[in-house]
Amino acid sequence: MSAPTPLVELKNVSKVYPATVKGAPDVTAIDDVSLRIDAGDVYGIIGYSGAGKSTLVRLVNVLERSTAGQILIDGRDVAGLPERELRPVRLGIGMIFQQFNLLNSRSVARNVEYPLEVAGRDKAARTKRVAEMLDFVGLGDKAGAYPDQLSGGQKQRVGIARALATSPALLLADEATSALDPETTHEVLELLKRVNQEFGVTIIVITHEMDVIQTLATKVAVMDRGRIIERGDVFDVFSNPQQDASARFVSTVVKGVPSAAELAVLRARHTGRIVTLAFRTDAVDQTRVFGELSRDGVGFQVVYGGINEIQGRPFGHLTLALTGDDATIDSALDRVRALTTVTEVR
Amino acid sequence: MDSLIDLQPEFWKAAGETLYIVGFTLLFGGLGGLLIGLGLYLSRAGSILANRPVFAVLNVLVNTVRPIPFIIFLAAAQPLARAVVGTGIGNNAIIFTIALAASFAMGRIVEQNLLTVSPGVIEAARSVGAGPVRIIFTVLLPEALGPLILGYTFIFVALVDMSAVAGYVGGGGLGAFALLYGYRQYNPIVTWAAVLLIIVLVQLVQFLGNWLARKALRR
Repeated sequence: MSAPTPLVELKNVSKVYPATVKGAPDVTAIDDVSLRIDAGDVYGIIGYSGAGKSTLVRLVNVLERSTAGQILIDGRDVAGLPERELRPVRLGIGMIFQQFNLLNSRSVARNVEYPLEVAGRDKAARTKRVAEMLDFVGLGDKAGAYPDQLSGGQKQRVGIARALATSPALLLADEATSALDPETTHEVLELLKRVNQEFGVTIIVITHEMDVIQTLATKVAVMDRGRIIERGDVFDVFSNPQQDASARFVSTVVKGVPSAAELAVLRARHTGRIVTLAFRTDAVDQTRVFGELSRDGVGFQVVYGGINEIQGRPFGHLTLALTGDDATIDSALDRVRALTTVTEVR
Repeated sequence: MDSLIDLQPEFWKAAGETLYIVGFTLLFGGLGGLLIGLGLYLSRAGSILANRPVFAVLNVLVNTVRPIPFIIFLAAAQPLARAVVGTGIGNNAIIFTIALAASFAMGRIVEQNLLTVSPGVIEAARSVGAGPVRIIFTVLLPEALGPLILGYTFIFVALVDMSAVAGYVGGGGLGAFALLYGYRQYNPIVTWAAVLLIIVLVQLVQFLGNWLARKALRR
């Protein structure tokens, strides 16, 4: 049996901007990216700013034109479609933005109504759908308000209602919570989770925030300089990144990994050997690890650490300052290595 | 003072002519300005109908016409007025010439007003499948309405000014009245009467414009 057609599939997609100054090299924003997103996924795309995340997501609804490769939506290549033929495609893809991008000249209800007008629905159907959507996002009482009278979280909820008004199968979220405070971020993420679970909407979420991935995403791709350098299950990528660049990014967002500056402080405070233990799966038995250390009388002190939880599975890092003679420590560490990953900090 | 009372019929006739000229130039010049401004905005790099040659031509045209001193433009455009309106003198020829000059001035103002609309909002409209025509009428113009009203109020004042200058080359209105009965007959009171009425007119329109813009911006 062949696998079902993915909802979105990028095949060797590139986006090259011609040089703005004569003689300067062209700018490659997206470099030979292939990506498959199945219906029902919440696919996170992470990476530092400038990595090409926003450009990549705009290639999916062709707000930006790719310069090479195929962009298949439900099996149909949309990359080369003329603008006019893209309009029905875009009605099937909702999008929300960091800055919300609501029409200030229209009330909340008229903002949600906008895509329905574009879709050519009649007035009665539009009114009904707008009321449904505003109820869904919990803003039924704000229908007549204008965007400048709303808080950031309320604006983004209007944005979500607008993006979903035409019942798209796919939602693109471009740093949708990056302009919100932590509490509001949480509310919006819970709402997006419901969008995925209740409506079965596939979501591509671009972010540099750990919270977003932790709460929402099932799969994740790490972008660096226009390329996807690593992808997979969120837990795997975050607990055990394979590439240097993704490890660097992950270490900035997960708890428990000391930064270079923090290491220097630890180093100054502890003259003995320092190791970091990674608990990358919930299968590692911490009791056994500490038992192996203390069996030969190696003294240890936890000097840095943290435990994260992704999709209900914990993983974490603990940095220990060890005391004892080198030979004893080495033999203890050998036994610990059989249980989990040990990195000695120099 | 007595002379002003004697001149009352001419004074009110001139005021009526000023309103006539300004009204029609606001209509035609306003429309022309809207088209030029939209053209500049839409064709600029990165915009929804980006087109480098169109933008370059419009841009150079606007930059060529705008710096010409209006009194010289009046004279220079006379053959064109004769060709289009059928006559090079009188109020209708003047309306043509002022509307032409105002179109280019207003075009720049409209372009700048449209640039205040957030590109993100336009992107949001594109993302739901809206085409360029729909974006112009449902996003660009409504979102820029407040600044546009203020822009048109501003150009109204410039039109009153231009209509007065046109009095020098055969146009009617308060400018011609002030020149003919005030300046040339050494009667400053008559001149000042025309000035006063113009000030009142401009104040009224400015109030109206501010009020409408506030309503559009809901502030």
